[in-house]
Amino acid sequence: MKGVLPRGGVRGVLLRLFFVVALPAVLVAGWWIASDDSTDVYWPPLRTILTTFPDVWTGERLREDVLPSVLRLSAGYACAAVAGVALGTVIGSYRRVRAVCEPVLEFLRAVPPPVLVPVIMLFAGIGDTMKIAVIVSGCVWPILLNTVEGVRAVDSVMSETARSYGITGVARLRHLVLRSASPQIFAGLRQALSIGIILMVISEMFAASNGLGFTIVQFQRGFAIPDMWTGILLLGLLGFVLSVLFRLVERRVLGWYHGLRDVSRRSS
Amino acid sequence: MLDVRGLKKVYEGSGRRVEAVRDLTFTVDAGELVCLVGPSGCGKTTLLKCVGGLLTPTAGEVLIEGRRVTGPPPDMAVVFQEYGRSLFPWMRVRENVELPLKQKKLSSARRRELVADALESVGLTDAAGAYPWQLSGGMQQRVAIARALAYEPDVLLMDEPFAAVDAQTRADLEDLVRGLWRQRGITILFVTHDIDEAVYLGERVLILSSSPTVVQEQLKIDLPAERDQLHTRVAPRFAELRTHVYEQIQAAKRGAPVDRLVKDVSSDTPPLH
Repeated sequence: MKGVLPRGGVRGVLLRLFFVVALPAVLVAGWWIASDDSTDVYWPPLRTILTTFPDVWTGERLREDVLPSVLRLSAGYACAAVAGVALGTVIGSYRRVRAVCEPVLEFLRAVPPPVLVPVIMLFAGIGDTMKIAVIVSGCVWPILLNTVEGVRAVDSVMSETARSYGITGVARLRHLVLRSASPQIFAGLRQALSIGIILMVISEMFAASNGLGFTIVQFQRGFAIPDMWTGILLLGLLGFVLSVLFRLVERRVLGWYHGLRDVSRRSS
Repeated sequence: MLDVRGLKKVYEGSGRRVEAVRDLTFTVDAGELVCLVGPSGCGKTTLLKCVGGLLTPTAGEVLIEGRRVTGPPPDMAVVFQEYGRSLFPWMRVRENVELPLKQKKLSSARRRELVADALESVGLTDAAGAYPWQLSGGMQQRVAIARALAYEPDVLLMDEPFAAVDAQTRADLEDLVRGLWRQRGITILFVTHDIDEAVYLGERVLILSSSPTVVQEQLKIDLPAERDQLHTRVAPRFAELRTHVYEQIQAAKRGAPVDRLVKDVSSDTPPLH
């Protein structure tokens, strides 16, 4: 950061960049200094961790461990999104269905997904199916419950407008209900993403032969402590990249919503 | 064209029974612009929703060209008061106008033509690519009108469309509606609580009583077809008509409670008007 002289039109951009990078830089520096002369086996200097990083996460490891993890996460997340939005739309659209489902949903969402891992293992074995099922079982709830709320909140005037112009059935679902619920659906998807990453790791800690979670546990059991730390760093980076990607998609899909909110905030 | 016969609507819910509309009978001829005016809370919106097929009447019927309305008729368009909640905020102006046409299964060339034509006639060609919430209230209501026009309805229902815009915009929109009506020969049923607006716009004004609603009076507006904000509104005939409507509405407001009170005492007393 030193030596950067903000000047002219670039100034604003640099300032923003500074705010984004400042805190991470301070934290990393703090970690670096605090751990620099550490001789504790479990708490290696950051320097050691960083030099170990490229040795551990080689192309082969990325392909053999990181890629399967990410693929399972994507599959589970996608299934949860489809199931959550579909079921949520049905439940949100019909009062009767909602009355029947609500108590069950409240119960199911209260069960912490990690405790389901042994149960799911009984049914789905220890392969990819089990891990994907674990991810789905945790991700689906925030998506489903948010979709229900979003679908319920469709504006009555918009609904009547659609009816009077013959926008019914699939067209109504596509152009009115899902679009109107999309801010809430995305709120659910965002929560589900972090839950998904956690469950991806946890599912690999139980019974696995590859994956990020598996590798980190292996390192820990083999007392390869710096290697273990690099795994944790990589997980953090993965989460960060996924949330940036999510934000990009959200900004595209919900551009109208943010614009509308800005306008109403300014006028009120 | 539009026949409303013995329309009655009673809302029932949680032990309460509200008679919003008691007995309404009137007709609107093809190509006519009729204004419905009445005291606030007199069931105008209920009536309009029944006519638009959005509500099922408790008794009576609505006919369009002899066909009974059981759901939203395909040859009818509605412009709501709440323009902000009637346009879809996730669609641009052009898409908002086009969506109902897609449902009508029109070809894309025909749709483009209708959308461009409708936006031009409300003076919003340049705003086609904007989102509704980027426009002023008056412009948003123009978009809603354009959407209705592009739908090519025989009957256009307008539910207090200008109640939420400022006075100057309102005058412009009134002239716009009158202009479009004269150009396109659509049948318009225009609901308002504004007496001046009713007299200025309508060929005929239906004055409704307080709830439970009946038609208090039908008034032919014998102003010249060519109307403008500056001269029509100061014409002596305009003043006479608006005074008459005003008196009728005041009578409706006063009359209704008295009417009900009398009824409670003896049920065979005829209504006051």
